[in-house]
Amino acid sequence: MYQYTEFDQQFVKLRAQQFRDQLERWERGEMTDDQLLPLRLQNGWYIQRYAPMARIAVPYGEISSLQLRTLGRIAREYDRPTPELLAHAQATQDALQAAQPGLKLKAPPLRYGYGHFTTRTNCQFNWIPLSKAADVMELLASVSMHGIQTSGNDIRNITCDAWEGVAEDGIVDCRPFAEITRQWSSLHPEFSYLPRKFKIAFNGAAEDRAAIGWYDIGLQARTNEAGEAGFTVLVGGGMGRTPIVGAVVREFIVWHQLLNYIEAIVRVYNSYGRRDNKWKARIKILVKSEGQGFIDAVEKEYRAIVDLDGAPHTITQAEFDRVASHFVVPELKAANLPSNVDAQGQLYQRWLKQNVRGHKLAGMKTVTLSFKRVGFNPGDADGDTLDALALLAEQFSAAEARLTHEQNLMLPWVFESDLPALYEAARKLGLAQPNIGLLTDMISCPGGDFCSLANARSLHIAAALTERYQDLDELFDLGPIDIHMSGCINSCGHHHSGHIGILGVDKDGKEWYQITLGGADGSSLSGPAIGGKVVGPSFSAAEVPDVIEALIDTFRELRQPGELFIDALRRIGHDPFKQAANGARHPKEAALAD
Amino acid sequence: MHILAHHEAADGLAADKTLEIANDAELADLVAGGALDGIERVTLHFPKFTDGRAYTQAVLLRRRYHFRGDIRATGEVLIDQLVHMHRSGFTSAVLAEGVQAGAAQRQFDRYAAFYQGDVLEPRPLFAREALQQAVLEAA
Repeated sequence: MYQYTEFDQQFVKLRAQQFRDQLERWERGEMTDDQLLPLRLQNGWYIQRYAPMARIAVPYGEISSLQLRTLGRIAREYDRPTPELLAHAQATQDALQAAQPGLKLKAPPLRYGYGHFTTRTNCQFNWIPLSKAADVMELLASVSMHGIQTSGNDIRNITCDAWEGVAEDGIVDCRPFAEITRQWSSLHPEFSYLPRKFKIAFNGAAEDRAAIGWYDIGLQARTNEAGEAGFTVLVGGGMGRTPIVGAVVREFIVWHQLLNYIEAIVRVYNSYGRRDNKWKARIKILVKSEGQGFIDAVEKEYRAIVDLDGAPHTITQAEFDRVASHFVVPELKAANLPSNVDAQGQLYQRWLKQNVRGHKLAGMKTVTLSFKRVGFNPGDADGDTLDALALLAEQFSAAEARLTHEQNLMLPWVFESDLPALYEAARKLGLAQPNIGLLTDMISCPGGDFCSLANARSLHIAAALTERYQDLDELFDLGPIDIHMSGCINSCGHHHSGHIGILGVDKDGKEWYQITLGGADGSSLSGPAIGGKVVGPSFSAAEVPDVIEALIDTFRELRQPGELFIDALRRIGHDPFKQAANGARHPKEAALAD
Repeated sequence: MHILAHHEAADGLAADKTLEIANDAELADLVAGGALDGIERVTLHFPKFTDGRAYTQAVLLRRRYHFRGDIRATGEVLIDQLVHMHRSGFTSAVLAEGVQAGAAQRQFDRYAAFYQGDVLEPRPLFAREALQQAVLEAA
């Protein structure tokens, strides 16, 4: 893992100090709320439905045991609402639940004291009061963590395939480039007030596991004929109201020109991206409207950076070597802990099949711990669990873990001989469900339980589906299915890329959900990135689990032996699925919707 | 960087020595047409403090077109953007109405250095450190 230099360490400390200074000036009335807003966003602080939300960057998903413990401490000591605030919030959520036609149960209890892993490998906390914000940022800085540019109209936290450096199909380990790009983008003087947010993702393997087609800039590592490492550059992908998959603007940029080329892209965007309409401000709109003109402008700007400016951000071999030296194989030691696991048992075998993957090193495996479980929101880990994860990573994985964009946690350095003991330890923590990639491995944003942008809640839908699909025989029979869910069109839950997408919409103060079919994130399973298609008018919260079940039942009926959901959907077409979904509407609610 | 309060903005510079460039102007065309000739001050505007186009314009004026006169920021100029402006090539800034300059200086004092190159120091940190290292080794 990357170890901060003295400069890096000092930098995040100063950033924490700067944030404290900004908050104090705001408290003294020297700054308005509107003036503070972009500044706190650039440090990862939102004001949500009931409390602030802190979004902490886990750059390219890589996290150490020490950092996990610190997140655990923040969850325990700081992620705490006052009893009055919690009572008010719960009462409001209960009223929201009661207002939904057909929902009989009470709203699930709001949780506190935990971190939430996101699709962009950040970790969010929902209840830290703003008065403690500066303390939390200083605590994070002490373990080389920060919230720099996890929000705001700037270059956001940079993501990678979670399996960089350990994948069997790895081409180039992108972590050094992601770190170099992270440093370059931090507090960039020219690019801190872009028209809109700007997200960069790297993928270093044959399979795209980083969803790079959905990013403002997606970088696919490859080598050229001379054997030099570099990247195919996609620009203009993005979800939101207008889902667009990124276009290739350059087939190959050699590694040392990476920052110069990104600078050209971002400069063209900063100059010409629309600022008159928030919904048309992402770079995807510029790329789409200008087409080849955009590519020409980027190439011209890149030439000018090289020929006229002297290409000052050309990455030197020395700098690459310095950063890459942090990403070598760590010292590996087997845990050799005893275990009583029945190696032939069905549960263990299923876990091996779904949660354990091959490794570039012989005798090693990667293990994904599942954060999709009954009674918990997708991607949530409470303080004690975060501590336990730190210990697991120490015992079994060279004190390192990776957040995945599917909101799970992966241990990248596990000895094959340690698998039974790790399984046992993970099972005790409730993190050994063998459901990675299966229907219950849903992606979900926090939605209207916490987020002030949300039009509808997503967690109660996730909970209902998780409870409905607990039979492992059934889950294994159904095979891999990506269900992605967002509480609003901002698409934090990546609903556009789900085989089944669920999007919360708001009509007359009630929660409604649009269902889409056939989206893809770009993985081998799903095929090239594409947005799903809407099945019809939206459904009520009470209807959604029945609609999903109708879709699944239709698949079961129409599939050929061994056929996967996404393949069957593409072979058969959407019509029978649409009919089934519409047939699952509740008669009374359908009348209400009119 | 010369920081002026809102009421201090007016000064005696002759109109033909100053040039106001709009956020959507094509710099390359302006420069090619000789718009910078004899100009001592370029004024760039921030219609909102969240509108960052003028940063790029300042960077290009300095780095690409080698403009050596004053570049002045006007409009919604607030304390927390001043360091970005300075690093992008602005040499003066007129604070928005009601903004006190008191908290400005400590923003400039906070960071000794930044990662990426800018107008003041075109080399990124890694290139600067490599040079320092070479000097140390030579000594």
